[in-house]
Amino acid sequence: MVVILEALGLCVSGCRSLSSLAELPEMHQMMRQTCRDYADRELGPIAGKLDKEHLFPGQQVRELGAMGVMAVEVPEELGGAGMDYLAYSLAVEEISRGCGSTGCVVSVNNSLYIGPILKFGTQKQKEQWITPFTTGEKVGCFALSEPGNGSDAGAASTLARQEGEEWVLNGTKAWITNSWDASATVIFATTDKSLKHKGISAFLVPMPHPGLSLGKKEDKLGIRATSTANLILEDCRIPLGNMLGPRGSGFKIAMQTLDSGRIGIASQALGIAQAALDCAADYAHKRTAFGNPIGKLQAIQFKLADMAVAVESARLLTWKAAMLKDAKKPFTKEAAMAKLAASEAATFCGHQSIQVLGGMGYVTDMPAERHYRDARITEIYEGTSEIQRLVIAGQLLKEYAP
Amino acid sequence: ENTKIRVKPDHSGVVTDGVKHSMNPFCEIAVEEAVKLKEKKLIKEVVAVSCGPTQVTETIRTALAMGCDRGIHVEVSGKDYEAMGPLQISKIFAALAKKEEASLIILGKQAIDDDCNQTGQMTAALLDWPQGTFASEVTIDGEKVKVVREIDGGLETIKISMPAVLTADLRLNTPRYATLPNIMKAKKKKIANMKPADLGVDMVSRVEVLRVDEPPTRLAGVKVETVDDLVAKLRANGTI
Repeated sequence: MVVILEALGLCVSGCRSLSSLAELPEMHQMMRQTCRDYADRELGPIAGKLDKEHLFPGQQVRELGAMGVMAVEVPEELGGAGMDYLAYSLAVEEISRGCGSTGCVVSVNNSLYIGPILKFGTQKQKEQWITPFTTGEKVGCFALSEPGNGSDAGAASTLARQEGEEWVLNGTKAWITNSWDASATVIFATTDKSLKHKGISAFLVPMPHPGLSLGKKEDKLGIRATSTANLILEDCRIPLGNMLGPRGSGFKIAMQTLDSGRIGIASQALGIAQAALDCAADYAHKRTAFGNPIGKLQAIQFKLADMAVAVESARLLTWKAAMLKDAKKPFTKEAAMAKLAASEAATFCGHQSIQVLGGMGYVTDMPAERHYRDARITEIYEGTSEIQRLVIAGQLLKEYAP
Repeated sequence: ENTKIRVKPDHSGVVTDGVKHSMNPFCEIAVEEAVKLKEKKLIKEVVAVSCGPTQVTETIRTALAMGCDRGIHVEVSGKDYEAMGPLQISKIFAALAKKEEASLIILGKQAIDDDCNQTGQMTAALLDWPQGTFASEVTIDGEKVKVVREIDGGLETIKISMPAVLTADLRLNTPRYATLPNIMKAKKKKIANMKPADLGVDMVSRVEVLRVDEPPTRLAGVKVETVDDLVAKLRANGTI
């Protein structure tokens, strides 16, 4: 209990009007509104088309870049918006509400690509690898998973050996979001096999690059406007200066990056969940059955209530994790809780939204089926729900250790 | 944006309590035009002005986030706010224009809540300034402004001298989204606060709203088989 109260107290000092959690600070409200307006006017109308035709939203990403949304936390000197993680979470949620795929692109660029470089990069690396990626003209990706290991990230079999003034990378990375649209990647490879997970290092590789090729685009259930493919490295040579952070710290960099990334994915899941809820609630007013709008039926009311509680509670967990990060307090447990709650809220709301819409929920005329499909990945990537539970339990047991 | 409009039970007006207010769309276009003129270095400073209760500062801050330099909030609330109409607002704008030594006043052509389309014109008359209303294109040329106006017959181009009043029509521009860095910068920009009395403006209304009603419920249509049937029906209900 003491730990929780302490955390709340620190949140309060970090962000005063959240003491009542009734209203966000004015700047955050304005930021949320501008993202919401953009999502309603520019993303909502095209999301169906992007999904059907598997189209990367290049123009929208450039427009979002011009608004500062592709680099929310990056300081202004490097070309970013210079805002905090709570603002970032709000932005991703609103963008995802308009289009789940676009929200994913925003989240991957901010948290997974820019995130580790911002935290572990040298000033020169930041200028070279972050600044061009703040405008929306270029996006980055994050290559950790391999065909042989996803959750088991410590077993990286991609190898990096030093040859003179170069690193030579060999191996295959799998499930890489943004792969076909990216201009650079943060990639993890083993530099010292004997050190196991302490022998993994992080590297920056431009794309395209000799020795790096892309596998075929995966044909996915949801977030179809994003490209997902293998990254194949065959004697891919990069300068020594392209190592990110100290040698052997790759695993630590990956885990810390994923901690923050979880807040981004939680926000994406919230956006999708909210869109599903909006769709169902709107339909409940309009569709009549047995002589009345179906919103008058308790069966529908209970569903809507459960959906709303799921979304709002996940949202508060997400905001708390973001606020803790902004206050530079530990947030690993809260981020995992947020990602777990939000992704399960998204799949729940997606499922129930189709149920409320009945037959209409099953066809592409209504967005409910797209929300259902988009939601599903949020329980899998950036740490499966099972991994999140392990993270939460691990942190919890540490707190209670005698 | 999709709020259902409800008439107050006493028919004195429309329910505004708890309804989220946002910038009038035509005023957004006006703000955008002003910011664009400043970006082209044709004007030095853009001041965003709004009259109303405290909530109005949120709208002024949005204008600041779009690129205006500073704001002025003329505080009008309670009964004065309910009775406030284009005449009172024009008097306030005219007084401010003189005080600020403005060279241009750019407004939306009309507010979408009352659709009056009077404030711009009244402000120009009170100041004895030329006006370019329903502007779909604005070009500054030295001390003159070329305005292309949307009129029923097509497009009319006029040239007026500054200082002048312009009102923005739909096709003048597409307002920008407030960028995140600009939202941050808007925090530091100043919004001055004043009352109509500070400007010597009397807020007494010369207009009394007698009654507000919802439009009549649309009746279901009737399908007819032949033209003869149609003529017979129109005769029967007295239309012809």
